[in-house]
Amino acid sequence: MTPVLETRALCKTFGALEASRDVSLSVRPGEIHALIGPNGAGKSTLISQICGTQPPDSGTVHLMGQDVTHLSAAARARAGLARTFQISALAPELSVLQNAVLGALGASGGSFRMAARVMGDAALLVEADEALDRVGLTAQRDTRVSDLSHAQRRLLEVAVALTLRPKVFLMDEPMAGLGADGSRALTALLADLRNEAPILLVEHDMDAVFVLADRISVLVYGRIITTGSPRDIRADAAVREAYLGEETP
Amino acid sequence: MSRAAVVNAAIALSILAVPLYALAADEPFLITLATRAAILALAGVGLNIALGQGGLVSLGHAAFFGIGGYAMGIVAFHAQSFTPLMIGPLEFQGSKSMPLIWLVAILSSGAAALVIGALSLRTSGVYFIMITLAFGQMLFYFAISWPAYGGEDGLSIYVRNGFPGLNTLDPIQFFGICFALLGAALWISARLAASPFGLALAAARQSVARAQAVGLNVPRIQLAAFTISGMITGLAGALFADLNRFVSPTMLSWQMSGEIMVFVILGGTARLFGPVAGAALYVLLEHLLGGISEFWQIYLGGLLLAVVLFARGGLVGLLAGGAR
Repeated sequence: MTPVLETRALCKTFGALEASRDVSLSVRPGEIHALIGPNGAGKSTLISQICGTQPPDSGTVHLMGQDVTHLSAAARARAGLARTFQISALAPELSVLQNAVLGALGASGGSFRMAARVMGDAALLVEADEALDRVGLTAQRDTRVSDLSHAQRRLLEVAVALTLRPKVFLMDEPMAGLGADGSRALTALLADLRNEAPILLVEHDMDAVFVLADRISVLVYGRIITTGSPRDIRADAAVREAYLGEETP
Repeated sequence: MSRAAVVNAAIALSILAVPLYALAADEPFLITLATRAAILALAGVGLNIALGQGGLVSLGHAAFFGIGGYAMGIVAFHAQSFTPLMIGPLEFQGSKSMPLIWLVAILSSGAAALVIGALSLRTSGVYFIMITLAFGQMLFYFAISWPAYGGEDGLSIYVRNGFPGLNTLDPIQFFGICFALLGAALWISARLAASPFGLALAAARQSVARAQAVGLNVPRIQLAAFTISGMITGLAGALFADLNRFVSPTMLSWQMSGEIMVFVILGGTARLFGPVAGAALYVLLEHLLGGISEFWQIYLGGLLLAVVLFARGGLVGLLAGGAR
């Protein structure tokens, strides 16, 4: 089974700091692969290399078996990589619906049409409304994004990613700043989402990670120290020491 | 009708009312003033596509305004002096026909915007402002040191160019042409804002990361907007030269770029009718305060400061209210 998303021996240094050391990981069809690690482990640097906002020093990124290392972030998005941001990056002056339509527009590739009315495009609207319904934002569809609550913005991030009909999701701490209820709702949504496309989930919320993940990789000081099932990770002494902060008995 | 629509209609009607009143009262100078306002508004509508819709702060739009002006000047000069222009093996007699001159102005300013935009859009923020300014200044000094078309002294066109079926020497008819073109540009600007392209452009302004994440080619979208913006400002330049029957390097100066930007900011950035209100107010102040003091721009400065500090939505934002 070819992995949908794969990194091969990614290396990235900033001066003396090794942010990524030989990082190889894969996301297989139908799975949620969680990436965890303490602050400063190099998760953000790894994400930007996968998304194409920062080039690796060496190593490659593959999407559906294709080497995408030299593609721009936008080209990777068109190739089927949908990301959500740790700090919501939405168009704040536009409405919820417009943000979702924007995703559908990006996926359709018709962003240079100048004579049509974008909010009158039935195909884009259907796609956008479907995604909003999926995350439960239908009631807010005409609200300006700047008037949304933090939790609603997190949901909209997921909805916009959905409109891209991606091959793989890359979610950067989707639970960040959510209350217990919000986390639970989003956990249920993500659990369902894996049937559409696998998810690479970077998350600090351990409850969510251990509920959702099929496999977990642990990143420490730029290196993946282990990859395994949630049960393996829980039992792994090195992980407990390095990350979960427990003394080895 | 929404409040914004009422305000827009009021702005359009007041620009239309002044020359009609002037016609009745036989004050041709007022018609010229209104024509000037309409042409400068057109230049502002052009800039607003880059600045308001695209968030591209160009301090070099005088380049396109001036290229439009020189397009008119050069084409008409060869016609009035009966000296054909040699373009390689081709011989061009020049022309005194407005539609042809407009086409030349739009195409040449569009080509310049495409090149300047392609180079400038590699940068952003303050560097973008500086590099557009630098291109504008390059063209300014080029025009000064190019003796064929008057150099520093500029180029006079003795008779206003013609438009089929109209007498362009009649101030009110020339005003009508400018007003119609302003209307057309506003329509294009509104259609653009509501189009898929407009949504993509707005998203790229508000969050580049978001635009990239949905797969939009941000540099190309911004370049297209910058080029359309330059074309409209270039058309305004051709009309401005025709109004004055004179074109000089002043049209290319960075002060001109600043003035066009002032129209947009005074009226309200990203407001469809913002540049129209801004240009009208500017021409009005220039006329009223210019009579009081040679240094009337100090009052303009104060007003601009007040708008930036207290009315970020500009004049239209103040009147129409609500978020943009």
